[in-house]
This record gives sequence, structure tokens and C-alpha cells, in this order.
Amino acid sequence: MQDTSSVAAVRHDKVASQRIAATRKSLGQGFVILASLVLLAVLAVQILHVSGTISAGFSDWRPVLYAYFLWSVALGAEQVMARGERGLRALFLLPAVLFTVAVVIFPTLFGFYIASLDWNLSSLEGPHFNGLNNLFALFHDDYYWNALGNMVFYTVSVLGEYAIAFGLALLLNAEIRGRKFFRVAFLLPMMLSPVAVSWMIGKSLMEYRFGPAATLARDLGWDNPAFFAHPWIARFSIAAMDAWVSIPFIMIILLAGLQAMPKQVLEAAKVDGANGWQSFWYVTFPIMLPVSITVLIIRIIFKLKLADIVINVTAGGPGGATDTVSSFIYRVYRDRSNVGYGTGLAIFYLLLIIVFLTVLLRISHRWTQRVT
Amino acid sequence: MVTPVPVRKRRGALRARRLASRVLIYAALIFWTFICLFPIYWTVTTSFKSAVDVTQGHLIPWLDFLPDWKGWRSLGLSPDTILGTSTARAEFISRFVNSVLTSVGAALLALVLGSLAAYGLSRFRYKFAWMRNDDILFFFMSQLILPPVVLALPFLVLYKALVLLDTTFGLILLYTLTVLPIVIWIMRDQFNSIPIELDEAAFVDGLSVWGAFIRIILPLAIPGMAAAFILSLVLCWNEYFFAALLTSTDAKTLPVMVASQTGSQGINWWSMAALSTAAIAPLVIVGIFLERYIVSGLTTGAGK
Repeated sequence: MQDTSSVAAVRHDKVASQRIAATRKSLGQGFVILASLVLLAVLAVQILHVSGTISAGFSDWRPVLYAYFLWSVALGAEQVMARGERGLRALFLLPAVLFTVAVVIFPTLFGFYIASLDWNLSSLEGPHFNGLNNLFALFHDDYYWNALGNMVFYTVSVLGEYAIAFGLALLLNAEIRGRKFFRVAFLLPMMLSPVAVSWMIGKSLMEYRFGPAATLARDLGWDNPAFFAHPWIARFSIAAMDAWVSIPFIMIILLAGLQAMPKQVLEAAKVDGANGWQSFWYVTFPIMLPVSITVLIIRIIFKLKLADIVINVTAGGPGGATDTVSSFIYRVYRDRSNVGYGTGLAIFYLLLIIVFLTVLLRISHRWTQRVT
Repeated sequence: MVTPVPVRKRRGALRARRLASRVLIYAALIFWTFICLFPIYWTVTTSFKSAVDVTQGHLIPWLDFLPDWKGWRSLGLSPDTILGTSTARAEFISRFVNSVLTSVGAALLALVLGSLAAYGLSRFRYKFAWMRNDDILFFFMSQLILPPVVLALPFLVLYKALVLLDTTFGLILLYTLTVLPIVIWIMRDQFNSIPIELDEAAFVDGLSVWGAFIRIILPLAIPGMAAAFILSLVLCWNEYFFAALLTSTDAKTLPVMVASQTGSQGINWWSMAALSTAAIAPLVIVGIFLERYIVSGLTTGAGK
């Protein structure tokens, strides 16, 4: 990939160095300056209007959005007019970048600001600044640390999902009839919405009185099959439901890896007298390691966002045993309307995730380097 | 005369072992098929059950219990109620339409933005301040790790100011953001697999960069686009967290409706089952018929 693109770049640079008329260039820059002025003017008018300094203004902030869009268009036009061929190329990337900046960077920064406020929607006084108090408060919030502890459990449970998914991928990779049918059947849980799954499995299949899973458990000798009453059982039930939805994803990617594996390697192992387990452990597994690590990291990233199932099945109960950070913050918003504190918790969580994933990527990178 | 016996014996033992492993493999396959399909089967059949059949745990229609349109009647979707007026059906249909508009809109927008960016990143070298291609790609990818809770509240406040709260358009913008990294990932792999000589041939024929992209490269990238589109569709259709926080009446999507029904105690199982069935049906159908694209989308993305 690297080579072909550099070849193309060299070729394109010749095209790109064509001369651009000075008037065209200045016209393009004029556009951007004009659009920037409009954007700033709209912004200034609206800020002054909201703060009560001037009476003229808009009823809402929507015009700022339009002005930003106009500014983006002007920027694109300027790229083409002032930079010619290079501008045309930049135009491919520009929409996605401008979009992402508008909907991520700004809200995230805004989030940092909200996190520093003492702001409860249900209290009569509006938001006011309280610095790092939210941060200090969260260190004494046992429920938050409890939720973080649960996240450790949920993250580790990804390994269990991985083991099952690997087994299924091996099954599908064996010489079997009706592979297409089994592949579709194994994939289906991934398509279902976690909210529907919460009801289908959590609230009806595992229902204490007449859910089939509870009936089966009774028949197997568990007298009191309450899946969501005891903390550890509840935690495992939630993890099992999430596993049910997400195992197909891991399985498909591992299956693709298995199918890309050269057949000769396994045959060579067989000739050397390796039995099934040995050829898996010493040949298949090491070859699959890079794919495995990629899929595990993606899964962990998604696992850290787990919320839907917990919110809808247990609402964090019993006593916070199944709470994830996301479902806990959701309740802080919904039930306590404590938006300043909730956002503080979320931002702190984001920082933890960034640190954790950076370390994880480092370690996994070094590890795959050493093995291969 | 002595030697053939052990050979035949060994061959027999080998055949027995192979047979045993076959049986084990198929048993495992069928067991997992049961695990995957039973909840779906249970939900669909429950929507046809009456109270007695639910409490007694009847499972097989016609043998165990007599199917009845009960669940679907409560949604206004059974044969005898489909022609009459029904508030439940009106609500369901409006949520369904919202879900379709939101997920299709977001998937399309993400596909357009993502394909353009992916083509750019796969063909040209960019330099923006200290950022080069790999850094820009990482910037897009890093959006994946943002947990929804971080964005939820800023968006709530922001959308209130922009009057985008409880609008389909607002949700589309947000969903586009969440699936954009995945689209860029899949599409970049797709474009990388298309030989650059095709672009060059197009330039020789006098096409501009954009002409070559739209007329030559894009038609070749349709399989990747289908995969990216379907995956985005699945993610957006099932999204619950943002929809629950940012919509209230007008733009509510199906997952929010399902969740609000489960929350209320003493809800009828049959109507809940009918609602769940209706909510998962479109994607189950997509999964059965377009499985190929989903698999190829996932594997191109993670294969590298």
C-alpha cells in the first residue's frame, strides 16, 4: 500500500505544481475571509444577545450552525481556487474532517467545561462554576468505583467470549455440510438490538417464574433460579447476554483468519506426528495471534461502552452489582439530573480509557513483535 | 495370514474415531444453533400465545398450544385489526419510520463522508501541521473509543441551543459520527485493493481526480460500500443510548419504544413479544439475505 501511494503522489505532484493565477488565488482567500467574518459576526451577535448586552439577535443558536456550514463551503472553494490540483485532493478529506471537528472536538471541550460546573437540572439555581470539586467528589463516590470494578470484570469476560468464538470458528472451518446455514444462524444474534435482547432473554427467557431458562435450571436441580438476585450470578447473567450478542463478531473475524491460513502448515504438523491439540496449540494459535489481538482490542473498546443491556434488564441492581460506568452515569443524568457531576464522571472515565488503551496497545504491539 | 488382522483392526479403530469426531462436531454445531435461534423462536412464538400458554411454558405451536393473534392485536397488526384504527399501531409505525429514516440517513451520510476521506487517504499524501496520513487515520479511528456518555450531555445542551433536540436530523448527525470510523476503515481497505493503475489510466484519458474517482473507482468499490452501509445500518438501527437521552416525542426510535414498554411492570408478554419481533424482524431478514456482505465488511476491516 505504502509503495503504490508514494508512486501516485510523485506522479500527482507534477500535476499539482501547475501555476495558479494570482487573481483566482486572492478571490478564493477573499471568500474564506468573508465567510469567517460572517461566522464570527453571527457568533458575536448571538453571544451578546444571550448575555443580554444587545436586544437584536436570533431566537436560537441555529444560525451559527448555518454559518459554520457556509464557512466550510467557502473553505472548500478556497482550496480549489487557490491551490488547484492540491485543493481538489484536499477536498476528499475536508468534509469528514470538518464534520468530525464540529461534532466531536467542540462537544468534548464543552464537556470539560460542563464537568467543572455544579449544575443540577432539578435545582432552581442555574449552573455555577465549582472548579475541580466534581473531581474530588468522585473519589469518594463508592458507587462509581464499584462500577469501575465491574468494568474490570466485564473487560476480563471478553476472554471468555474469545474462547467460545474461537471454538465456533474452528467448528465452522472444519469440513462440514451446510456451512452456509450454520454461518447465518451463528451470525444472527449480532443483528439484534441489545434492547430487544434485554427483553427477549433477560426479561422473558430468564424470568424467575415461567421463563424457559428458569424452568430448565429447576429441572437441572437449581431450586431457586433467580438470575438477577445474587450479585455474582447477576453479573454473570449480564456478561452472558452481552456475550450472546457479540460472540458472532469475534467468530466471523477469527473464521476469516482461519480461512486465510496456509493449509500446508497444518499438513506439515500432521506429518510430524502432532495430534489435534498439539497442532492447534503450536501451529494454529500462534499464527492467529495477530488477528486475535486485533479483534480482542476492538471488542474491549466496545465492551467499555456497555450500557443498553444493563439499563434495561437490571438498572444496575442488585445494589449496583451489575452497574457499568455508562449505565451508572445514565442514572445520574436521568434520576438525579445531576449533569455537572455526571459529565465529570464521564470525562474521568474517558481519561482512564485513553490511558488503559494506550498501555494495552503498547503491550500488545511489543508482544506480537516478539512472537512473529 | 496373521498380519492383516491388526491392520484391519487399526483401520476400524480409526474409522470409529473419525465417526466419533464427526458426531461431536455436528452435536456442537447443532447445540450452538439452538442457543442462537431459540431466543428468536421463543420471542416469535410468544407473540402468538395467550396468558395460560405463557405461564405453563408451552413451546410448540399447534402441538402444545393453539396460536392466536393476541400479541399482534394489541399492536393493531393482526388480520382482524389491521384495517381499523389503532393508536398503538400509529405509534409503532411512527417509531418504525423514525428508525428507518435515522439509520438510513446516518448510514448514507457516513458512507459519503467516509468514502471520500478513505479514497483520499488511500491515494494521496496529506500533510496538515504535524499530521500525516497515518495520524489523520488515527484521528478518525480514535473517535471509536469515545464512550457515548462523554458526548451525551454536551450534545443535550448543544442540541437544546441549536433546536435540534428530539429531531431526526440531530440523531442522524450523531449516528454518522459513531459509524464514520468504521466506514473509513472498511472503505480504505476497499480502495487499497483497487490497483492505482486504473486511476492513472483515467488521468491519461483526460479525467480529473474527481472524474476518475466517480466514474472509474467508485463503481468498482460497490461491494465494500454495500458492506459498510449494511454494518452502519445495523449499528444505527440498534442504537439506544443517545436516542433515549436526546429524543422525547417526535423523533423517538424503535429501541426507545421497546425499552419504555419493558420498563413498565405487568406488561403483557404477548404484546411485548410482538413488539420485539417487529423490532428485530428487519435486521433478521437483512442478516439472512445479506450475510455475505456483512461478513466481507467485517473481515476486510479487521483483516489488516
